[in-house]
Amino acid sequence: MASFDVMPDVQLYQPAELDDALNLAERFGDSGWLVGGGQDTYGWLKDRAKNPQAMIELNGIDALSGISETDDGIEIGATTTLREIIRDERINRDYSLLAQAAGRVASPQIRNVGTLAGNLVQDARCWYYRRGLACYRAGGNICYADGPESMNREHAVFGASRCVAVSPSDTATALVALEARMIAESTSGRRSIAAEDFFVGPDTHITQMTSLKDDEILVAVRIPSKWAGKRFYFEKVADRDVWDFALVSVAVAMSMDGDTIADSRFVCGGVACTPHRLTNVEKAARGKALSEESAEAVAGLASAGAKPLNYNHFKLPLMENLVRRAMRG
Amino acid sequence: MSDYKLVGKDFTPPDVMGKVTGKAKYAEDFRVDGMVFARMYTSPMAHGRVTSIDASAAEAMDGFVGILTADDVPEVEAPNAAILTNSPAYVGDPILAVAALDEKTAEDALAAIKVTIEPLPFVTDPLDSLLAGGPDAREEGNVYARSSEGSGFRSVKWTRDQIDEFRAGKEPTGEFAAEWAYGDLDKGFADAKVIIEEPFVTTGYAHMSMEPRTAMAYWQNGTCYVHGSAQSQSFWMPGLARLLGVETKDVVLISENTGGGFGSKIGAYPIAALPGYFSKKIGRPVQLRVTREQEYYMGSARVGFQGWIKMGFGADGKATATDVFIIEDIGPNATGGDASSAGGAISMVYDPDAMRFRGLPVLTNTTPRGAQRGPGQNQIAAVMAPIMDKAAKELGLDPLDVRKINATNNETTVGADQHGITSAYLEEALNKGAEMFDWSNRRNQPKRNGSKVRGLGIGQGYHSAGTKGFDGLIRITPDGKLHVHTGVGNLGTYSYASTSRAAAEVLKYEWENCEIHNGNSEKHLPWNSYQAGSVSTFAHTRTNYVAAMDALRKMKAIAADTMGGEADDYDIDGERVFLTDNPAQGMSYGAIAARAIQLGGEYSGQTYPEDINEITQRSVQNLAGTGLVGVAKDNLPQEGTIPGLACAFVEIELDLETGRYDILDYVGIAECGTVLFPQGLAQQMKGGAVWGMGMAATERHVYDPQNGLPANVGYHQCGIPSYLDVPSVTRTGAVDIADPQNPFGARGIGEPAMGCSVAALTSAISDALDGHIFGRTPVSPDMIVNHVAGREQSFLPLQTNNF
Repeated sequence: MASFDVMPDVQLYQPAELDDALNLAERFGDSGWLVGGGQDTYGWLKDRAKNPQAMIELNGIDALSGISETDDGIEIGATTTLREIIRDERINRDYSLLAQAAGRVASPQIRNVGTLAGNLVQDARCWYYRRGLACYRAGGNICYADGPESMNREHAVFGASRCVAVSPSDTATALVALEARMIAESTSGRRSIAAEDFFVGPDTHITQMTSLKDDEILVAVRIPSKWAGKRFYFEKVADRDVWDFALVSVAVAMSMDGDTIADSRFVCGGVACTPHRLTNVEKAARGKALSEESAEAVAGLASAGAKPLNYNHFKLPLMENLVRRAMRG
Repeated sequence: MSDYKLVGKDFTPPDVMGKVTGKAKYAEDFRVDGMVFARMYTSPMAHGRVTSIDASAAEAMDGFVGILTADDVPEVEAPNAAILTNSPAYVGDPILAVAALDEKTAEDALAAIKVTIEPLPFVTDPLDSLLAGGPDAREEGNVYARSSEGSGFRSVKWTRDQIDEFRAGKEPTGEFAAEWAYGDLDKGFADAKVIIEEPFVTTGYAHMSMEPRTAMAYWQNGTCYVHGSAQSQSFWMPGLARLLGVETKDVVLISENTGGGFGSKIGAYPIAALPGYFSKKIGRPVQLRVTREQEYYMGSARVGFQGWIKMGFGADGKATATDVFIIEDIGPNATGGDASSAGGAISMVYDPDAMRFRGLPVLTNTTPRGAQRGPGQNQIAAVMAPIMDKAAKELGLDPLDVRKINATNNETTVGADQHGITSAYLEEALNKGAEMFDWSNRRNQPKRNGSKVRGLGIGQGYHSAGTKGFDGLIRITPDGKLHVHTGVGNLGTYSYASTSRAAAEVLKYEWENCEIHNGNSEKHLPWNSYQAGSVSTFAHTRTNYVAAMDALRKMKAIAADTMGGEADDYDIDGERVFLTDNPAQGMSYGAIAARAIQLGGEYSGQTYPEDINEITQRSVQNLAGTGLVGVAKDNLPQEGTIPGLACAFVEIELDLETGRYDILDYVGIAECGTVLFPQGLAQQMKGGAVWGMGMAATERHVYDPQNGLPANVGYHQCGIPSYLDVPSVTRTGAVDIADPQNPFGARGIGEPAMGCSVAALTSAISDALDGHIFGRTPVSPDMIVNHVAGREQSFLPLQTNNF
């Protein structure tokens, strides 16, 4: 077994215009690799676990960076760093849920260079998959994490289908809660995808975690004003305060009618291959006041239908606890 | 000496500037003409037998230079580690290396090599191997016991009932391999008012030195020059020479800076010799670069424990008896010994009236184990703290008082032979810590705030902290400078520098007139101890003391010879030797050194004591005639164990709903005799605290028992605490009472600094959870969430190397 860690030969393109990047993406297709902050790039390439022909670096494209207002909310460019999001006044004022989630991504160093798009499209963190094993997600025909004695504390309790990896993105949960839309572009044009549909489970696509096509670039994220300034709750539980991915996280947006919840979006991270909406909790929460009593009434619904693996049944009470905390007010 | 000029004072060690500016060079930074790059191919499976190697495709590559296989290096008998092997016993066991003109070609060559390995049974949890019919980690057996009466493989199996009972927390009834005892155990338990009986697991985890064990070597005129990542300097030499198959005089080791070792680089390890063999084979300098992943595989790991303990306490809290049984996970190379050390630590820190230790070292196909900061002592510290708390609770006593009544003191006797110690003031440390922490008042504060609950903990750490019998070597040159030659390694603790100041202290030197020579055996270094086991401070204040005293004797003799009178008529100060009765009549140190060169003989190193080590002898020979030489073996009196002790007080706020806790306050107190270097001590205490926090909460091995693959092969996965995971302020202090067996009163502290931390945290977690004892490290959020929710844990009782 070799242990690779030298950057292999790979073509590097650094387009300054989006059109050039789109042309490159079309030209290279699945043998191209888009690079933003590079935090989920260099490990794969240096390990030789992914072997693209060309890297297309997007950081030089001004149009992909920055936060701007739209007719109905804001648009965040793909290569906007997490640090910029955390410090943005408008986001903190109207969409603090995203700022909170971005603030819990990885470490300060990674947030300084890591981009929003990179955080959203990062690959599964299953340690078996990252080891380079030929599992389902890597094109093989086995899931190492779902064996009778597999070490799967961090894996899925919902939505498993051959693969049991979870969505590792902290910002994804917040953006699903905020009903954001992902703007994907190719030489054929743009399309706007609801965040909830952007992330796909293994039943849809076993080797991808998003619905992006090979020639598409995620160019921006749009957040509608629907939830601007509403009540938010975000919490991520990980082994450490820094660097670790969520064991379970919850992102909640609530619109209040007086003291009661008129509408809400509850989204859990770390429990399924996609950000996992707790629709039964949302239904049960409607019309309830934020209180201990309400928390007790709905928390148990959070884990309904979960199918834990060998080492992760703790995620059930943990999900319930996080929902409970969001409902206390 | 009581009014020290340097001892107890801060200073800037000479290597600090290089480290903060990036100019410090580590093994990987060196280049020599013609050097080629080597990389390793390691075992992809946990246990197997190499049946064929096909390197033809690699050999055809441009830039390929050579290949080194197990056939090119000495064969080593199992279970010892070889440089390269055809019988890999863990994932990552080195099988071969290739050399190329650049690293990418070396990687391409590795990718092209076909190695066929016949798989063999493997095991990742000692209890799975002990179970009758279970797999053995080695074909020769599943247990390897090392003892002075003889070492060897055994096959030890327990029945399923015995395993099940052990998992259920009952006293183990299966075969064991080691035993020692003292006192009347039955009487001890009969005298007890409270008896606590608990099973425990401490999972092993990687050393994860920041600097992987990269090495570069070349040969010149029969001498092998090795740039290595060494925890020790002189102590490495004989072992490195043995590995290379040459005499010690034919090896040069350059290890100016080392990016951590933590016990994994104490002596020369096999892979450090690989470039030497490769260089000899291909006739070019070879750098073997070890990757981060490979450092995880072969960089050593803490021994894991699976055990049972029964402890009796009298009504006053005095420990009356302890019975402990420890199965230790000794990896594939039978490296351990932690279990018995843990027993010794119980004897030292809790001082039970009677005690029995039983141990069983079991082989697994996991990362090779090795000493890691407080090997054994720190695992058992984590186990013992909540037990002491439980005893206190059942006896209605303050947990602090139960620790104090058992605390190590000058009368404490330890181990099977109940021998004495040099000095100890653990009760004083506990008192100082309790005061700084405000223990009494904090005990009375409300505990619960919503889902959060406060927990208070006290931990105690111990490791023997000194050794003796090594050499000191100093030199004063005609320019008046003091040159301290030290063979102590530089792994980042700065003890190589702080102990060098002992010589300057004796000779009343200004520190700016002193120069340390270290990090390269061509700098004429003396035979010094391993830079491990918390020994350096004690051992090398002594060696530099005796060398300085030798120099002082010679300086006075030269003064008398030159200016008349007797040597005893002279004194020193201001870097002069002068007549005590007439200080105006004297000679500068520079003049004394020049005169020493003229006189020759012992004064300038032409002759030297017969009892110094051959390494020191060669260094003196090389220095002879360059100044006044002070050289001596440390023959100062010494008997009994030299204890390094520490205690810690911690307050945590544990969230019952998330299983996470924050550390609100931490106070660590060192009991290490006289404080030699205050900043260094504070950093040792803080660094140890952080390490203990990692052991308590996040760091552990995880292996898939189905395929033997490790889950954590990098910094991220290994769960090392970051600066945002630990308190921004960690308070430290020291008892600062001199030890009578060191000229300056100093003892070591490195390892207890961590043991007290992990122990304080297991104690605080238990306190926050109303006395619940997980009996396991680490305690992760999932375990706390499951416990609070009343759910079973995911793992089997006593299971190890798992999530």
